[in-house]
Amino acid sequence: MSSTADYRVSHLDALEAESVFVFREVAAEFERPCLLFSGGKDSIVMLHLAAKAFAPGPIPFPVMHVDTGHNFDEVLDYRDRCVAELSLQLIVASVQEAIDRGLVVEPPTGMRNPIQTPVLLDAVEKHRFDSLFGGARRDEEKARAKERVFSFRDEFGQWDPKNQRPELWSLYNSRVHPGESIRVFPLSNWTELDIWHYIAQESVGLPSIYFAHEREVVERDTMLYAVNDLLPARPGEQPFVEKVRYRTVGDATCTAAVRSDADTIDQVIAEVAATRITERGATRGDDKVSEAAMEDRKKEGYF
Amino acid sequence: MSQAATEPGASGPTHAPMGGATALSIGGADLLRFATAGSVDDGKSTLIGRLLYDSKAIFEDQLAAVEATSASRGDEYTNLALLTDGLRAEREQGITIDVAYRYFATPRRKFIIADTPGHIQYTRNMVTGASTANLALILVDARKGLVEQSRRHAFLCSLLRVPHMVLCINKMDLVDWSEEVYEEIHQEFTAFATKLDIPDLTVIPVSALHGDNVVSRSEHMPWYDGPSLLHHLENVHTASDRNLVDVRFPVQHVIRPQQSRGLDYRGYAGQVSSGVLKPGDEVMVLPSGFTTRIAGIDHNGHEVDEAYPPMSVSVRLADELDVSRGDMICRPHNQPHVTQDVEAMICWMDEQRPLYPRAKYTVKHTTRTVRAMVKGLQYRLDVNTLHRDEDAARLELNEIGRVTLRTTQPLLCDEYRRNRTTGGFILIDEATNRTVAAGIILS
Repeated sequence: MSSTADYRVSHLDALEAESVFVFREVAAEFERPCLLFSGGKDSIVMLHLAAKAFAPGPIPFPVMHVDTGHNFDEVLDYRDRCVAELSLQLIVASVQEAIDRGLVVEPPTGMRNPIQTPVLLDAVEKHRFDSLFGGARRDEEKARAKERVFSFRDEFGQWDPKNQRPELWSLYNSRVHPGESIRVFPLSNWTELDIWHYIAQESVGLPSIYFAHEREVVERDTMLYAVNDLLPARPGEQPFVEKVRYRTVGDATCTAAVRSDADTIDQVIAEVAATRITERGATRGDDKVSEAAMEDRKKEGYF
Repeated sequence: MSQAATEPGASGPTHAPMGGATALSIGGADLLRFATAGSVDDGKSTLIGRLLYDSKAIFEDQLAAVEATSASRGDEYTNLALLTDGLRAEREQGITIDVAYRYFATPRRKFIIADTPGHIQYTRNMVTGASTANLALILVDARKGLVEQSRRHAFLCSLLRVPHMVLCINKMDLVDWSEEVYEEIHQEFTAFATKLDIPDLTVIPVSALHGDNVVSRSEHMPWYDGPSLLHHLENVHTASDRNLVDVRFPVQHVIRPQQSRGLDYRGYAGQVSSGVLKPGDEVMVLPSGFTTRIAGIDHNGHEVDEAYPPMSVSVRLADELDVSRGDMICRPHNQPHVTQDVEAMICWMDEQRPLYPRAKYTVKHTTRTVRAMVKGLQYRLDVNTLHRDEDAARLELNEIGRVTLRTTQPLLCDEYRRNRTTGGFILIDEATNRTVAAGIILS
């Protein structure tokens, strides 16, 4: 037999194998899974892994975009292209439509992130999904660092951090009663840098806003926000053109850009490796509300 | 499936150029998962904080948030435990309730830390963290020496067969960097460890507070000629921990595209638990016992020459057999046990109801789910003294005991000491769906 050195596995390959295992486990044990797809880099990597898990067959579940209506055009184009290439079934859960029919009320701030949760839960109930894949990673945020790969949600979609199921080896408990569900996080053990290394290794394409480009922005609460119809400059704010890129892609009204010259994956990796600020800290207005903002939103059913 | 279809966006709007070897080099490093256990007092948080900080895995905004919280609570120092204690209840009570996963990387390795609370009421969290660990890190305070908690941690790690163990004797600065103190604790622990099954033990004297022997070698302890902790973590040899001898491939999912795409494909998807599979190998499918050959192995849609742990692949067989989820592919002359009677150690994890003999549960073992009855509880083990209480009538939360199970369908299993994947299982309560126990198969 060959020496054991021949059977080395890189950490990216080990992470990939673990994620693929999780996808297959869900496909085998649940009746109605669905993958949450935003067009952001983590959900793109998730989709890439799902395609591998079931090759040469198709991805055996639909994808859902919880659409706040505040989108970056480049990201919507990318989403539609992916859906066409992989022959996916796309479900759009529209926040605008939910506002129109009175399910949720537009917050006075105009930030639609908080009202995404009822829209998501409404769509889950309508389509009777029993499992939802999300692209959250444990390195993103401290509440997420405590969450299971298979995260149990009660019939109201709520997470109870003090009452989580123990998760041992790779034995995931998928048992739920009707109405309850499991959020599944195949990227739990990936870090931001792992995602970028993997994107480079696999030549995964991304929406162009992840790379440096010139954009008209304003500086607000020490963060750079793009100025457009959705997010006009406030009185006293002076828009200026800056070379920026996005580290995360969320609702366009609360996702900030960072100054950057990185216009290749290589340069992005070098930048991410050198940065001293977490990606959510640098780019998400919605996480700055309180120390436990994410934990509170997750308890309400946020992904 | 075409290349464009398997790789979403490969031809997408932005096709960024591939990175060069330098920036990508970390992508080729391997992965080490290690578990730590302990309380705030023994300096565990300081040690982890130092590893994270020195490897630049703590970010400025995280540190600023922790500093602000520490200051507002009136802490005298920046409490690095706040970095890992992510839940509101944990910060309010100043305790760690749950396993926290932390990540850091050096050019040599990527590390996943399963950081678990050390007190006896969190035994189940320690067991959870240890179940996937390649290495366990146990801390003792040099002034106190071995305490009940250190023995319990060592026992649990040996029960869970964590292949490598590091005993860090911390706070060496408070015992004047004394070689005698180090030797005394070292010998006491080694004597205790011989009663356990610990394949590889390393003992390192450190001062987490001052950084001695954490990342770089200490100048204060010239009598110590071993590696620093980080050097050891980066270099401990884990490749041979995997079992490459016994072929065990639990079938997870059958890939059989239904669409009329002109595809005639039937692949058995799963993750290799142990052994090496190659096209042409003669294999047996259990529990049916039919033999056939491997026609091909696909990895992420591409054919490969071999599959080994922990690869997730899809195996095609030469003959059309009835194979489904929960079956196992092995070699005809090296098979797992096929049995409905299982002897196991279990750790009880449910706070609502204890385990009683004669109770029925769902067993999840590899990809197979069956029902089982607890036929008998042989004894409850005191995890501090290793004393066996044969009169125990039940197992409560965090208690460990030896049981006999009778399953409705056979399990395809090995002794846990030989195979951590085919030797471990969980019990699920059929009424509440909660995961109530972790099990380790003895025979």
